Amino acid sequence: MLLGPALAISAVLFTLGVAGVLLRRNAIVIFMCVELMLNAVNLTFVALAQRLGVGGQVFVFFVMAVAAAEAAVGLAIILAVYRHKQTVNLQDINLLKG
Amino acid sequence: MTGTAVDLIWLAPALALLGFVLNGLLALWRPNAKVAVSIIGVGVLAGAFAVGAVVFGAFAALPAEAPVVFRYWSWMPVGSLQVDAALQVDQLSVVMLLVVTGVGSLIHLFSVGYMKDDPGYARYFAYLNLFVFFMLVLVLGANFPVMFVGWEGVGLCSYLLIGFWFNEKINADAGKKAFIVNRIGDFGFLVAMFIIFWATGSLDFGDVFARAPTLLAAGGGAVTAITLFLFLGCTGKSAQIPLYTWLPDAMQGPTPVSALIHAATMVTAGVYLVARCNLLFALAPVSSAVVAGTGALTALFAATIALKQWDIKRVLAYSTISQLGYMFVGVGTGAMAAGIFHLATHAFFKALLFLGSGSVIYAMHHAYHATHSHEDAQDMRNMGGLRHHMPWTATLMWIATLAIAGVPPLSGFFSKDEILAAAFARGQGSGQVVWYVFWGLGLAAALLTAFYMTRLMLYTFHGLNRTGDAERPHLHEAPWVMTGPLVVLGVLSAAGGLINIPELWGGGAWLHHWLEPVTRAGAAVLPEAHLSPATEWALVAIAVAVAGTGIVAAWRLLKPEALVPARAAPAETGFARLLRNKWYVDELYNFFIVQPLVWVSREILWKRVDQGLVDGAGVNGVARGARALGWLGSRLQNGQVGVYVALFVVGVLAILWRAIG
Repeated sequence: MLLGPALAISAVLFTLGVAGVLLRRNAIVIFMCVELMLNAVNLTFVALAQRLGVGGQVFVFFVMAVAAAEAAVGLAIILAVYRHKQTVNLQDINLLKG
Repeated sequence: MTGTAVDLIWLAPALALLGFVLNGLLALWRPNAKVAVSIIGVGVLAGAFAVGAVVFGAFAALPAEAPVVFRYWSWMPVGSLQVDAALQVDQLSVVMLLVVTGVGSLIHLFSVGYMKDDPGYARYFAYLNLFVFFMLVLVLGANFPVMFVGWEGVGLCSYLLIGFWFNEKINADAGKKAFIVNRIGDFGFLVAMFIIFWATGSLDFGDVFARAPTLLAAGGGAVTAITLFLFLGCTGKSAQIPLYTWLPDAMQGPTPVSALIHAATMVTAGVYLVARCNLLFALAPVSSAVVAGTGALTALFAATIALKQWDIKRVLAYSTISQLGYMFVGVGTGAMAAGIFHLATHAFFKALLFLGSGSVIYAMHHAYHATHSHEDAQDMRNMGGLRHHMPWTATLMWIATLAIAGVPPLSGFFSKDEILAAAFARGQGSGQVVWYVFWGLGLAAALLTAFYMTRLMLYTFHGLNRTGDAERPHLHEAPWVMTGPLVVLGVLSAAGGLINIPELWGGGAWLHHWLEPVTRAGAAVLPEAHLSPATEWALVAIAVAVAGTGIVAAWRLLKPEALVPARAAPAETGFARLLRNKWYVDELYNFFIVQPLVWVSREILWKRVDQGLVDGAGVNGVARGARALGWLGSRLQNGQVGVYVALFVVGVLAILWRAIG
């Protein structure tokens, strides 16, 4: 029952998210792409929950809760970085350089 | 276990070891507790001698003649190689036990006086006790490895005691030289052990000698190799050509050490080894001839060097080398008892000579010390006329001199005569001229022995005193703790021959018969030749004539009055200079062996192998490799989160690929 298309859409969304994380420079955009990947996974959970039981649907709530927390922390970090470096372009931020 | 006092044998080495431990602890914590150190040091030796005497008595009373072996624990059980920590009591080891502990006790006692003012007193006695322990392990060991432990241990103690005053470089160098030269010999001993195990499957004396006649072909390659390698060990430990050069340098140690280790006991270990392996040497006629030949050559060669030495201890050192040569002539000709007999008598008179020289040096040193003079206290040119100042030492050393020269009826006469007669008899028995040559060499060495010993006595004790007018009043006899042992050794030197008066003189040849159970196996393969009484008397007459000639010649030819103190003495010329410089053997060794070795070590091993290969390719190479890998890894850490994510994605994809595919 629409499982195939649901999973296909989820895969497309996830790939879009990955591509966005890999290719975009702006931290806010990358952050949004991460949310996209999370929601692609949520879609997978929901779709498979039809077959495999309600556990998947429950898990989605957890993911949403974690995503909300992540959004709060992540945006705070981005703000802090911006105050520090006057930019949110990840290519200009290389404090991790070994 | 025999249930008799023989079972106490372990006490002898244990006592010496106990002395080492206690004195070693005192040396660390109470170095000035000299009374305690003396009591322990001399006490354990006296105890060991008492044990030796009791064991000797009990062993002689046993009905069986066979060796008594005590296996204490299994030391090296490796496959078919079973080596026990085992001691063996038999006729030979008991004789050695008594000589080592007996002469050792006297020398320990003498050391109490000689080393009295030395700051290293406790350390000295600790080393000396340790030496006796290892020496007893050497002579009592029931198999080759245990004997080897003692063999190495006495070498270690010899090194420690030669370099006892190690803050002077010359002493430390002498110790190192002794140790390194001995290592060459030890290599021979080790190789011999390997071949023995390979050929007979055992290292126990009992097994090896029981199997040898069947497993080893007489005169074959295996037994010849074994005995030649063993003898290489002997040339190192017993200072024979070509490895004798360490012994004269060993005189840098304290004089009682020279007496105990480098005259009476350790250096005779080689003779003991040959006597112990008499069966193997009897099975290898070539090796026996090599032993006797090396001994004869060494006897003469060392005696020539002794003729022109001025250091009183160096004369005695070369004399020791020469006398060890005699012992090897004895055991090489198959006259094991004669060799051991000379070992015992030599221990008496050479210990006496060394201790006597020690007492002379002690007096000289004190005299120079009293006047703050820095003359050489060991140079005979600085002595002369000392018999007026130290009559006891002079008299006793004359007894030893006559004994070593072979004047009847002193101990050295009997033993030396027996060895020379054995070589002559072997020549007559086998018809080989070479044995007559050995006899001739021995006789020539006897002539020189009488000459250089008389020279030593003449220059030291007779003529006018050359010490110096200020020092002369300070020359006096050493204290009784030093002269006492000299008196005992004097009696032994004079009467030591009693243990083996030959049948020719109506004696019982006690030592000869006593050692028969040990020497029987070898004598069965290679019977001792016998001479007619007329020939024997002729040989005795020749030997006495030679000894007398040497003494009289020295007395008539040498003029102590013509000597001047060492400081003002002119350099020798011509042949005398060659002898004075010991035939330049040390220089030859240095040029042909030591220097090339140093060059190879420095230029090839150090600069090429160590610095180039090990340091360059090995140590630094690994470091360079690690750094290169690190550089590669650090290229990835460019701080760009995007790159990290990309790698992360690639990694996840790879894992998924593996999981699904």
